[in-house]
Amino acid sequence: MQFASRLIHNGNEIDKTTGALSIPIYQASTFQQNDVTQPQEYDYSRSGNPTRQALENTIAILEGGHRGFAFASGMAATSSVLSTFAAGDHLLVCEDVYGGTYRVITTLFQRFNLEASFVNASDHENIRHNIKPNTKAIFLESPSNPLLKIIDLRAAAAVVQEYGLSVIVDNTFMSPYFQRPLELGADIVIHSATKFIGGHSDVVGGLVVAKDPEWSKRIYAAQNCFGAILGPQDSWLLLRGLKTLKVRLDFQQKSAHRLAHWLLAQTEVEEVFYPGLICHPGFEIHRQQADGPGAVLSFKTRDQATALAFLNSVKLAAVAVSLGGVETIISYPRTMSHAAMPETQRHHLGISDNLIRVSVGLEDCGDLINDFAQALNNKLKPLSSLDKVYNYRL
Amino acid sequence: MKNLRFTSRTVHGEKGYDPHTGAISFPIYQSATFRHPGLGESTGYDYTRSENPTREQVASTVANLESGNFGFAFSSGMAAISTVLELFKPGDHLVVSDDLYGGSYRLFEEISRGHGLDFTYVDSSNIDHAAAAVRDNTRAFFMETPSNPMMKVTDIRALVSLARTRQLITIIDNTFFTPYLQRPLELGADIVVHSGTKFLSGHNDTLAGFIVLNDEEMAERIRLVQKSVGAVLSPFDSWLVIRGLKTLALRLDKQQQNAIAVARWLQKHHRVKNVYYVGLPDHAGHDICKNQASGYGAMISFTVKDAALIPRILNQVELIAFAESLGGVESLITYPLTQTHAAIPEDIRRRLGIDDKLLRLSVGIEDVDDILTDLDRALS
Repeated sequence: MQFASRLIHNGNEIDKTTGALSIPIYQASTFQQNDVTQPQEYDYSRSGNPTRQALENTIAILEGGHRGFAFASGMAATSSVLSTFAAGDHLLVCEDVYGGTYRVITTLFQRFNLEASFVNASDHENIRHNIKPNTKAIFLESPSNPLLKIIDLRAAAAVVQEYGLSVIVDNTFMSPYFQRPLELGADIVIHSATKFIGGHSDVVGGLVVAKDPEWSKRIYAAQNCFGAILGPQDSWLLLRGLKTLKVRLDFQQKSAHRLAHWLLAQTEVEEVFYPGLICHPGFEIHRQQADGPGAVLSFKTRDQATALAFLNSVKLAAVAVSLGGVETIISYPRTMSHAAMPETQRHHLGISDNLIRVSVGLEDCGDLINDFAQALNNKLKPLSSLDKVYNYRL
Repeated sequence: MKNLRFTSRTVHGEKGYDPHTGAISFPIYQSATFRHPGLGESTGYDYTRSENPTREQVASTVANLESGNFGFAFSSGMAAISTVLELFKPGDHLVVSDDLYGGSYRLFEEISRGHGLDFTYVDSSNIDHAAAAVRDNTRAFFMETPSNPMMKVTDIRALVSLARTRQLITIIDNTFFTPYLQRPLELGADIVVHSGTKFLSGHNDTLAGFIVLNDEEMAERIRLVQKSVGAVLSPFDSWLVIRGLKTLALRLDKQQQNAIAVARWLQKHHRVKNVYYVGLPDHAGHDICKNQASGYGAMISFTVKDAALIPRILNQVELIAFAESLGGVESLITYPLTQTHAAIPEDIRRRLGIDDKLLRLSVGIEDVDDILTDLDRALS
């Protein structure tokens, strides 16, 4: 069965009892036990809930893994995976990792003596060089946030597997429709399902897929002990969102492509970062490991004043954190997604004050280009403070 | 808002974002009542049966998409249609398309007739038939186009000009096409009704109905009926329809693309006799449809040569679910004789061609090869 059909028909979409085409929302915390000597499939919703399980099974099928797990947020998913390591373990983390992941590793997990080195993972010799006797895993993101840098996931996995390390990939930007890291050698895939998987900017959720029974056991233990589980209602909304994953992403990617080319031609724009552009340094590697460049791009305006004027003037696109929804969302990584990162690290990565990230939505692409054109050329708007950026009203 | 293109309007809705918090997703105002600022004062919201912000947002968004001034959201398509009938009074007569959803027929015959309304059913694909049925007490035309399940097409512009010469109201059930493909108000119709359960919501998980119209006086009457009878759409279901609308254009594009391929495939199948799909050039309504709509939708009916095949097909389909309803992301197959059109008397059914060999297919967004594989297995 093709991906488009598997999104809709994967064995978890029809209620077995009534035939309902929408899986019931089991808004129950606990389950009546018929015989105390015979364990039932469900006893308490933290341990297992039928609606959540339908979602967990679905993501496992789409990512091609052994078992899926749903969490209350992408960070709850990441933190639960990281909690399976022990004090004294060392992790390699790609240096372009999402700001929230950077924060939890460098603050919370550091207190529990989990060591981490942030490395340029697009260079495998550099990965090899940073492996220590206590290194247990590598944590990767490709394309990276917000500069869409590409890591060769197959090559990185091959290097660390020589040393018996595990590979964790945050696949949020791609979703399983475009990239399936388990097929490229990863052991664990993590998603902020808030983004493309939910797709409607209305649910906060996280998903994890484990490749094999052993990892499944460890992650299940973390999920059940910490209990950062996704509620039944939100699980159901993610299942609903998944049904249109392919049609949304096809449309969003097409618009992103057009917008990236349009931006390249603008005199106010200095540089465009999008793995669908032939001039992108990761173009070829990305093409070999993913089925599409996705719907997130970023660009640098000629200076900060132009960037701020742009953010102040866009009307159709929302200025907000997050990405992956049906609405085009523009963010300013310097003060939004990557505010948690120290200035020196931001500077090192190229997250400058003229950088803008765009998550392309489902609006008509012509409307978006019109909006961008007026915003890029609008120099007259006063730039009193960044607060104004948030006062958006259509 | 109004000068944005259609897909942008489906995504952003009438109001855009929550004005108070900036929330990108419109809030679900799950509140039955609203606190008054003081005696004799109102925030504009008093009680959710009368008005609710989430319901208002979905209703005004559907109105915007239909190019109408006023929109109303109901708890089901039938609740919307029965509310429209409250515009009329005992002794009034309506001319209705004969190929009609069974639920509408049942409402007209078993409920509204008891309230003193009278109905004549005509083949509305021929405007002369509609004209001939008009009497002195006729007040309105009520037509489905394309019709369910025989996919007959009514020339909306011609119907409207006939209605205007006789001072009749034109009501169009636009469920099969949605405003993405067809906007009857732009063609001169007075009222559009929808089962929002279908393509508008699109995920087979919500029941909903809509009325859209331009006339202020009629809108006031609908508002009064809605408030009095209370068949309103709940805040959560309103929100689910808002969410569904955001992918309306994408879903329909894909569903239509799949439907065209399925219709062509069915036409060539040796066990299939007739295929009714307005997108086929030899369909009787194809040219009219081209003139008044921007697409052909995703609904197909077809007959098989041998009635004995029907139970086999319905048992054999795996990907396609054997279920009532239509318009969702999942492909559904329906047997109108015993399901959607069971309420229609046998002689009318026979005249229309709704017989024991007819199946109706609502094509979803699955991969088209998988749909064809499933049909191929079921038909062989």
